[in-house]
Amino acid sequence: MNVYAILAIYRHEMERTRRTIMQSVISPVISTSLYFIVFGAAIGERIQQVEGVSYGAFIVPGLIMLSLLTQSISNASFAIYFPKFTGTIYELLSAPVSYFEVVLSYVGAAATKSILLGLIILATAGLFVPLRVEHPVWMLLFLVLTAATFSLFGFIIGVWADGFEKLQLIPLLFVTPLTFLGGSFYSIHMLPPFWRAVSLFNPVVYLVSGFRWSFYGLADVSVAVSLAMILVFLAASLAVVAWIFRTGYRLKT
Amino acid sequence: MEPIIRVTHLSKTYASGFRALKDIDLEIRRGEIFALLGPNGAGKTTLIGTICGIVTPSAGTILVDGRDVLREYRATRSLIGLVPQELTTEAFESVWDNVTFSRGLFGKPPDPAHLEKVLRDLSLWDRKDSKIVTLSGGMKRRLLIAKALAHEPQVLFLDEPTAGVDVELRRDMWALVRALRAGGVTIILTTHYIDEAEEMADRVGVINKGEIVLVEDKVELMRKLGRKQLTLHLAQPLERVPPALAAYRLELANRGSDLIYTYEERDRAGISALLNDLAAAGIRYRDLHTTQSSLEDIFVGLVSERR
Repeated sequence: MNVYAILAIYRHEMERTRRTIMQSVISPVISTSLYFIVFGAAIGERIQQVEGVSYGAFIVPGLIMLSLLTQSISNASFAIYFPKFTGTIYELLSAPVSYFEVVLSYVGAAATKSILLGLIILATAGLFVPLRVEHPVWMLLFLVLTAATFSLFGFIIGVWADGFEKLQLIPLLFVTPLTFLGGSFYSIHMLPPFWRAVSLFNPVVYLVSGFRWSFYGLADVSVAVSLAMILVFLAASLAVVAWIFRTGYRLKT
Repeated sequence: MEPIIRVTHLSKTYASGFRALKDIDLEIRRGEIFALLGPNGAGKTTLIGTICGIVTPSAGTILVDGRDVLREYRATRSLIGLVPQELTTEAFESVWDNVTFSRGLFGKPPDPAHLEKVLRDLSLWDRKDSKIVTLSGGMKRRLLIAKALAHEPQVLFLDEPTAGVDVELRRDMWALVRALRAGGVTIILTTHYIDEAEEMADRVGVINKGEIVLVEDKVELMRKLGRKQLTLHLAQPLERVPPALAAYRLELANRGSDLIYTYEERDRAGISALLNDLAAAGIRYRDLHTTQSSLEDIFVGLVSERR
């Protein structure tokens, strides 16, 4: 195991976050805080409780999940796409590092950033709405698994993308809409039966549901199913990454 | 002695069907400076890419220090440093952080003293805290060399290292390359500047259309293929070469004022015979000088022969 290489890439990526702290951390925290202010403190005052939880508090897990998904994808995709774009990928490809080490370091750094961001947003939310976390260990588990899974997914997007437009395509066209329609702002039990059934095809529903359960003990679907869905998505992402490195897809000629 | 790099029957065909390398056999000796010459698109960068792990070979084997670059990539890659052709660097990282990253990436523990020496040797120490984006083109080129040397490689690939750098920096780089070789590093250099190869290389390889056309000791190559010319500036112009001198296949130039004798290195003895015969023919000259074909002439000749 080339531990020095893993640490070098990890530090390199974390240092990039430090250099771009406004864009990487402060900006997503501010934009998520705006949701708390608008939906929690302002509109939330006029919305009745959802299953015994104030609306402002109810949306916190979904909003954290929204940031977690978008930031994990963005961090990891940018991290691998940018060296491809600038040409500095030559150094990575010519270094004595295994594919596992490359993924571990890039995805580890991307996941670390989004987990830290999720925790900062959680702390920020506590300033605006009454919060409780009934299952903190499960909350951390969902946080870590989701961050790792979507960082892997972002890594795949970064390898696949051959332009900045493609880099933004999947997050903007698929991930954000699926998150908004994935029960971040409502319980799917509030939907008519048809749309409730349709929602079950949205993978984000399972992520938000499991994560919200760790906060308030409320879930749209069984926690075991939520966990299983994350693990399935994690396994699928790992399989795609393994294929990318085996074939050198869009990395090597 | 076992060569540091042995390439056997190496071929590379891209997905488009383009055959960039065709059954290449090549050996690089330990501690030498090997210049790989070839026109644009000849396959120089692809060949380097296959040895360094950037390009996947279609067929053949590559051994570095006796180890296969595919099966034992960790061992082989840690021996190699690569300076790419393009100025591909990070923009907003500092010089120091960037070379530290390179050393770690190649699996070496931190060694600030070594990195300081490398940066000082490359006149970058004063800029170690500068963001890379603020460096000049020449400094970025030196930074790429510093990154390649950060992990103390035994083999250094320099892909067009002096493209776009000024004369002074070019001389500095040549001195650096010689110093590295003196320290036991094997250097493989691709260049468009033939004088660079002529100045520095121990051996020269010429690649054209994906095939190695020639590998030869530079001095031997110039001796074997190098032509010499003796030019005599005549006291009186001639209208034609006298028949008595026909055996020398002389040419007249400059409206009959210059007489040119072209000979091979090994025919040097012919000069004194020619001068005697000229005196016997009553042809006098004011001055004379000799010229030798350069590596560039040889290179152009080799490549054009195969077009």
